[in-house]
Amino acid sequence: MSTDVKIPQAAPETHSPSAKGIKLPIYMDNHATTPMDPRVLEETLPYFMEKFGNSASRNHSFGWAAEEGVETARERIAKLIGATTKEVVFTSGATESDNLAIKGVAEMYREKGNHIITAVTEHKAVLDTCKRLEKFGYRVTYLPVQKDGLIDLDDLKRAMDDKTILVTIMYANNEIGVLQPVAEIGKLCHEKGVIFHTDATQAVGKVPVDVIKQNIDLASISGHKMYGPKGVGALYVRRKNPRVQISAIIDGGGHERGMRSGTLNVPGIVGLGKACAIALEEMPKESCHLAGLRNRLNDRIMGKLDEAYINGSMEHRLPGNLNISFAYVEGESLLMGINDIAVSSGSACTSATLEPSYVLKALGTGDDLAHSSIRFGIGRFNTEAEVDYVADRVIETVERLRELSPLYEMAKEGINLKDVKWAGE
Amino acid sequence: MSYSDKVIDHYNNPRNVGSLDKSSTDVGTGLVGAPECGDVMKLQIKVNRETNVIEEAKFKTFGCGSAIASSSLATEWVKGKTVDEALSIKNMDIVKELSLPPVKIHCSVLAEDAIRAAIGDWKKKQEAPKPVAAEAK
Repeated sequence: MSTDVKIPQAAPETHSPSAKGIKLPIYMDNHATTPMDPRVLEETLPYFMEKFGNSASRNHSFGWAAEEGVETARERIAKLIGATTKEVVFTSGATESDNLAIKGVAEMYREKGNHIITAVTEHKAVLDTCKRLEKFGYRVTYLPVQKDGLIDLDDLKRAMDDKTILVTIMYANNEIGVLQPVAEIGKLCHEKGVIFHTDATQAVGKVPVDVIKQNIDLASISGHKMYGPKGVGALYVRRKNPRVQISAIIDGGGHERGMRSGTLNVPGIVGLGKACAIALEEMPKESCHLAGLRNRLNDRIMGKLDEAYINGSMEHRLPGNLNISFAYVEGESLLMGINDIAVSSGSACTSATLEPSYVLKALGTGDDLAHSSIRFGIGRFNTEAEVDYVADRVIETVERLRELSPLYEMAKEGINLKDVKWAGE
Repeated sequence: MSYSDKVIDHYNNPRNVGSLDKSSTDVGTGLVGAPECGDVMKLQIKVNRETNVIEEAKFKTFGCGSAIASSSLATEWVKGKTVDEALSIKNMDIVKELSLPPVKIHCSVLAEDAIRAAIGDWKKKQEAPKPVAAEAK
């Protein structure tokens, strides 16, 4: 039956194995998405055919079976973040969770105030939601970040006023992996009676998240960033101390305690739950493993290349994240040179807007270095051999492209590139 | 973004990479673009004084694969042409040859600019007998 489906253990091979016996291409873009853990897939499969019921069907066994799967998932998610089951609302993903949290609070607390505080390095799901609210009369403060990517808590304190209803600051940044001081932010918010939402998409399952200890009122969670399925996420909504209420943004059958209508994505939810259960159990070991690989990659690259700069704090950072700017080399051309490795770049050429990464610019990284940045996202299934291969390929490609770069040549001649009057400016 | 085979070929095997002596009166240097914009091309030509034929062309480019390919192709095309013939190379010829998508048309524009800048620099040197620093100040 459906559970007999053969579970692939690794991505299909598209290139011949290299001399080192590793399979190409290598996936090292785990902030974009992660492959599903085979154990997650296994858990979800029965919910497509055998246990296909609607979890809202209360009067037959098909519905009960689905509901049981959903409730187990709810428990697992709650356990991972220190919440209770009634505080978990399922959504289609973190973008929806961010929208629901921010718009939901904005509408519910409109009488109390109209001021929202966020930061310039937030994900677009938060920034664009805030921008939309500005059109409807809300006031939004976009906090700057320091050179290391962290917000200054004094800036936050100063930004709060008696009309502030919500602070939304991400837990871990998707580009530079920098971890914000969420516990302190939450504490400040609670002292002032302000609701604290955190987009924890990149953090949940990677670093310990505890909504009680960290004073979090609302937290966005995504399945596919933690080896679960795409198209499923959750929003943690605190029920006491303080009790947080949100208006729904999707109306309908009143599912999820009225906060999110729509038939539940049962297989997705089951998968998200399993992903959380695995993360809870394996996080201590896994984060050491990832940090070890990340540091190995960094040491190898920095040992061979000069003028390579790490973007963001190394101290307050996700274990699997590394973001480096390689001066004098444009990011997209670097990606093209390492086309058997999947990573991403902050270069304008790789974005839809033709603007270099706004996150890196917010750190004070010049546009030139933002164009030269590569994000490495090391994940559960990466190996030491892969890290070594990636380091070698990056080093050799950066060296080749520098030989091709007029900027590198000029810098070697002692010309200060900042003093040059560029024709294109 | 997927690249055309020709872009990939120029990226993997760029033609005429290098530098010519920018202080030589026979050499024209064009430096266009800006690091902040993610593209800088340096294109140099060496022109035969008698025939006005471009005998050598070299480039170095900071930019995406399409920018590298556009400038590599530009050096191939200007070589063997007279200065006036080289000025007739249009960016859309480069777009066509490399099958550049719309978002990469600016790379071809920059390559055309680089050709013009190099020729302009060479012409300036022919007017003033004293060598002029070709590098942007």
